[in-house]
Amino acid sequence: MRFVDEFRDPDVITRTCSEIRRLADPKRHYRIMEVCGGHTHAIYRFGLKDVLPENIELIHGPGCPVCVLPMGRIDDGLSIAQDPNVIFAAFGDMMRVPGTQGSPLEHKARGMDVRIVYSPADALKIAKANPDKHVMFFAIGFETTAPSTALTLIRAKNDGIHNFSVFCNHVTIIPAIRAILDSPDMRLDAFIGPGHVSTVIGCRPYEWIASVENKPIVVSGFEPLDMLQSIVMLLRQLKAGHSKVENQYKRVVPWEGNRSALKAMAEAFQLRPYFEWRGLGFISQSALRVRDEYAEWDSERRFDVPGVRVTDPRAAQCGEVLKGVLKPHQCKLFGHECTPEHPIGALMVSSEGSCAAYFNYEHRKTAMVTLRPTA
Amino acid sequence: MRFRDTQIEMAHGAGGKASRRLVEGLFAPLLFPSSEEPLGDAAHFQLGSSSLAMTTDAFVVKPLSFPGGCIGELAVNGTVNDLAVSGARAETMVCTFILEAGLASNVLEAQVQAMADAARKAGVRIVAGDTKVVEHGKADGMYITTTGVGRLIPDLFLSARSVRAGDKVLLSGPIGDHGITILLARGELDLEANLTSDTRSVLPLVEALVKQAGPGVRWMRDPTRGGTATSLNELARDCGLGIALFEDQIPVRDSVRGACELLGLDPLHIANEGQFLAVVASEYAESALNALHATPGGEEARLIGEVRAAPAGTVLETTRYGGSRIVDMLVGDPLPRIC
Repeated sequence: MRFVDEFRDPDVITRTCSEIRRLADPKRHYRIMEVCGGHTHAIYRFGLKDVLPENIELIHGPGCPVCVLPMGRIDDGLSIAQDPNVIFAAFGDMMRVPGTQGSPLEHKARGMDVRIVYSPADALKIAKANPDKHVMFFAIGFETTAPSTALTLIRAKNDGIHNFSVFCNHVTIIPAIRAILDSPDMRLDAFIGPGHVSTVIGCRPYEWIASVENKPIVVSGFEPLDMLQSIVMLLRQLKAGHSKVENQYKRVVPWEGNRSALKAMAEAFQLRPYFEWRGLGFISQSALRVRDEYAEWDSERRFDVPGVRVTDPRAAQCGEVLKGVLKPHQCKLFGHECTPEHPIGALMVSSEGSCAAYFNYEHRKTAMVTLRPTA
Repeated sequence: MRFRDTQIEMAHGAGGKASRRLVEGLFAPLLFPSSEEPLGDAAHFQLGSSSLAMTTDAFVVKPLSFPGGCIGELAVNGTVNDLAVSGARAETMVCTFILEAGLASNVLEAQVQAMADAARKAGVRIVAGDTKVVEHGKADGMYITTTGVGRLIPDLFLSARSVRAGDKVLLSGPIGDHGITILLARGELDLEANLTSDTRSVLPLVEALVKQAGPGVRWMRDPTRGGTATSLNELARDCGLGIALFEDQIPVRDSVRGACELLGLDPLHIANEGQFLAVVASEYAESALNALHATPGGEEARLIGEVRAAPAGTVLETTRYGGSRIVDMLVGDPLPRIC
């Protein structure tokens, strides 16, 4: 299969791994953060840790949109959809994420009209097909998905569709990286930069990471060979004492990003002064809201939103895991109280969440004895 | 393990962990508390001098017809296959129709005709039935339940408990065709693929396998809902051993792989309706594979893995370049990953 098989070629992977071993200084321990949840998922799915030398430690970053969403936002969104005239539409990613009274899927089982959509445009289609109902699109994602939400808002306004609104939870990646770097308990050597986000924002926004923080960053694709090549590029920089922004994912990511996508975002969204991130707390100018000109299509202005703040269960250490301070299995609840079937934190829900990825693909390889049987 | 979930969710019907919890935590303890065998797809019993197997299956699928098949065909093949992988030839079948008021008669007729054709092809007689009609909006057009009785194939002893380390895992053909076909046929995704459901009776393949390698066949299962991963996890749990899979040996069509890559799904979790898995003693593995290859429809059969002593109760896949990953049961319905 084109665009997949060539990036999973066993021979090239073996050669790249030898190159990594040649470049890695055996006396040194490397801490590399993959910012994006898609990378975390790929690392576990492809068993990449098994082919890397032990002194290269991959630390999972905050780039999993459903993981960083505080529970209060889910409760707020679901509270709007308690109205039988409201249809709750969201990506499949969102469906098992727990609110205080259960996940969207559990609400659906109790009768809420919850629809899984594959794009915000599908939610708008549902609104057109159900003129007597209101369709609320529960928007999540970094800059990857924000442009499609923006275009949908623009279309809703242009087409005069009034029974549609967006509950906007879009967040931006740069402030999250800044928060990680500002965190005192975090020591990192380099970053694997997010691939899909960068198709939209390009590579320039990362320049401060290289020039001010002196950390190399390589924007990477999601296939095994992409990630291994990115690690090679990072090791070369570290060996030479460089810190640059490099683009490994050139087949998809233009250096300048996608201007039309950025333009659509600027048209439909404005920055929120601050936004709460699960685990990272309030981060200023880190999220998007619907622009005033589109207020009619903003669920938060159209409906009464309780604005609840829900603290995570005290024993859950989602924040530490999100920041990369703890490994998933080091959380007290991991694998016992918190499993993909009964998730307590969102990191255990999304397949991009580091806990779910670790649970599904990895932990029993090493922790068979302590974790069996859980049933 | 008591069933503690507060309400029934779609996940309880998806064939994964939640389904298992429901069956083992609620149905089994209340309905057949004395059963000692691990739960199989079919029950075996003796009636006079005949050794028989019996199974039942309900079919709910949207849309009713899809490329390569329809609910009527599934309803017959599904039950024939459940019996086949339990080591029995389906002989007779009874069926129940739950019809939604407003269902067009020609749609119903086409489905019943498909059942008749599938039954003839599989050599099974449909001998009795029942019909119920529910209000409009309550049954996605129609649901079908079929219950089948079959005669056990002599000298075949199948049980997860007879599986031993060193045994080989066989798969009859490419996985994921049915589940992805249905997903695309629902028309909710702007994706198209040249793909058809794999629905068929697997009995001819099972018979060919048993003829060549009968004494070496230890266990069989048709990986329907929950997919190959779920069936193999059930096996790993029931036999207390580990299953090692070789990624490069698992047959998956490019169109299925492509759809899975796009949607963030794992082909090992996707439903099949015309494939089966078999565990065969290693000395019979080659003849078993040859037997499948020599049977029409079995040309793409592969040896996809082997049973190992450790890690016990776990399915572990070796990737093409030497990494490894756990292959777990499906949790709930497979949900596409977008953001």
